Formats: sequence, structure tokens, C-alpha cells
Amino acid sequence: MNPNQKIRVATVWLSGCSGCHMSFLDQDERLIDLAKKITLVYSPFADVKEFPKDVAITLIEGAVANEEQKELLKTIRSRTAILVSLGDCAVTGNVVALRNGLPHTDQAVLERAYKDPAVLNAQIPDQVPKLLTHARPLHEIIKVDHYIPGCPPNADLINYILTELLAGRTPTMEGHSKYG
Amino acid sequence: MNLHTLKLKIDGIDVECTEGSTILTAAKAIGINIPTLCYLDGLTPYGGCRLCIVEVSGTSKLFPACATPVASGMEVTTQSPKLYEYRKMVLETLLAERTHICAVCVANDHCELQALANQHGIDHVSYERNWSTNKIDSTHDSLVIDPNRCILCTRCIRVCDELEGVHTLDLKFRGKNADVIMDQDEPWVKACSCTSCRKCAKVCPVGAIYVEGENIETTKIPDVAAFIVERRKRLK
Repeated sequence: MNPNQKIRVATVWLSGCSGCHMSFLDQDERLIDLAKKITLVYSPFADVKEFPKDVAITLIEGAVANEEQKELLKTIRSRTAILVSLGDCAVTGNVVALRNGLPHTDQAVLERAYKDPAVLNAQIPDQVPKLLTHARPLHEIIKVDHYIPGCPPNADLINYILTELLAGRTPTMEGHSKYG
Repeated sequence: MNLHTLKLKIDGIDVECTEGSTILTAAKAIGINIPTLCYLDGLTPYGGCRLCIVEVSGTSKLFPACATPVASGMEVTTQSPKLYEYRKMVLETLLAERTHICAVCVANDHCELQALANQHGIDHVSYERNWSTNKIDSTHDSLVIDPNRCILCTRCIRVCDELEGVHTLDLKFRGKNADVIMDQDEPWVKACSCTSCRKCAKVCPVGAIYVEGENIETTKIPDVAAFIVERRKRLK
């Protein structure tokens, strides 16, 4: 690859609280160096509608909780060389997966969110993507290449993994891991 | 008492110890640290978690160091790529078995299971997770048990039986259906044998038993078991 050519990187926000993206921003001044090496081709920080082709590295925050996200994830996988699970929701399901223990989990959360608190005219919207019965970590749906655990993941850890991947090396989690 | 001294090798180091010692205590005496989870100093070894497995030359079988007595001429290996992989597997299956979500757990950052997962470089669970839905019992004045975080190490059961001497806690069923119960499987508040001594919460390695409203760092004193045993020896 041409060393002057910037590496195409994407970040994705599925069912998460955006805390992982906050942690990404917590790389602070290191973001300036990062910006010299990468082009952010898709991200909550960039207004791009469709996930682009030929992405080198994609960081994904959040669990997979609905049909739309599941489809998007498959598209991302087919268009990305290195896919990274960013944060506990992507790695374990975390808080999003708390509903997994309930019977009829998808219906139960919808009723709790839209029917229980409503005073007037309670209704469950049908124009939004259908919830999956269980919220899933990414690697239960597609192949994941690297994991950055933590709730939220440490900015130093994100920076370490990114630096290694951008340099063409394989990061190791030994001594870096912070499960949960 | 006339105890024989035995000679064996642990990780290539010659060790002398008394008959009846376990591999774990013999290793500890020469500063070799074998990871443990269900084992706790002061309580009878249970050998349930299989994290302390070691290799013994002459057999392909792996032995739990906490529950295996030393024998003369034994050659023990406590660290190897094979053991490391098996220990990782043990930890991952424990994490997959019930609903272990660190971010919403009282024991987050003060959890032995989490610490061991970190030591073994576990960054995700490769098995499909089982989302358990066991009922939380918070009927007791201050103690709470959340079976969804329980790893069935039985430390609480042993400390209740062996040190407090009341045997309020026990295990029902087997395998993945197993659960910690109070007296005749009653709500905790109705378990009249419970003295509310809180030792179960002190020795719980995870966030399954905790004291409501109390800082987990204040609650967790797993060394309490060894301390009590030592004190009682002095009283005799």
C-alpha cells in the first residue's frame, strides 16, 4: 500500500450507549496523529448514509438487538478487512443483553418502553426495525477479528489496538485485557 | 503424631513436605502460585472448579492441585500451554454458564472470576452464553443472593457448615440446574438456622452473595476463613 495513502477506517454504533465512542474521543491529542493516518469513511462522527466498500478497519460499538442491525453487520463484514468489537455490549451483550433472561424478551421490552409508561393512547410502533428475541454479541453473528472489552473500554487500550492494527501488526491482549 | 516427609518435584524444583499435604500447599510453600477459584484457605478442598489442574508425569490425566495429596517421587508441572488453554476453557465456560454482566454487578473490579479472566487474557467468551433467569432472594434483612452470578464454588456452603457450624446453605439438584438453597429450600428470611453471620458474603468470590447497601470492598474478606481456623487452634 502507498504509505502516503490514508487508511480507510469506520466506526459503527449499534445498540450501545455511545460510551465507547466517548472513550474513542478520550484518546485526546492522539486523535491528531490518528487523523494524519486515517480517513473516517463511516461513523456517528461523520454523516455518511451507506456503509462504504473497501474499509480496512471497522470498530463496532453495541450489541446486535434488531433485524436492521443484523443486516448492517453482515454488510459491514463483507466490506471490511479487519473487524473489531468495541466495548462490552459488542463483546458480551452487556446491559443490552440483560433482557435476554426474560420470557418473550422482545415483546416484554417493547411493552415496558411504550405501553407501561404511557398515560394516553399507548401503542407499540410498527414502523421501526423488528427486535431480535435475544440481543447478541457481534461474534455470535459474524466473524470478529479483535476484541476491545471494557464498559467503557479504556482510551489507552483503544489507542494501543488501533496503533498496532494501523502499523500492520497483530495486537495481543495478554496484559491488556480488562474483562467486563 | 509421626508424619513422614515426602520428596517430590514441582516445576523442576525439589520439594520436601509432610505426608497428607496437597500439591497446592506444597507448591505454595516454595512460592509457586497455582490459580484457584473454589479453593479457600481454611475450608475443606472441594475440587469443583478445576482451575488448579496440574500435570503429573507418568499419566495423561490432569489433577486438581487443591484436592490431590502429594506422593513420593511425584513430578508435577503447574504451568504449560496445555494447562493454560484448559484453564481458559474453564473460565470461559463459567462466564458462559449464567448471566455474568460485569457492568451491572456489585463485585465489578472486586471479583475473583473477572481477575482470573484478565490474568488469562480472556477478551471474549467464545461459547454461546446461557442467559439464566434464576430468582434473586433478597428476603433477608441485609444479605442478598443472586444465583445468576453464582459459579457454584460452594465456598459459602462450606464456610456456613464448617466454620459457622449451622449448615443453613446447601446445594440442590445437579449440573446446570444446581443451586444454592437455604434450609429446606426456603426464602432466606424463613431459614431459621441462619445466624446472619455474613461469612457467606465474605468468602463469595463473585457478586452472588452480598450485603445490601454495603461497599463490596468492606464485605469481601475471604481470608476470614483461614483467620478463624488459626484462632480456634490457639483456643485449643
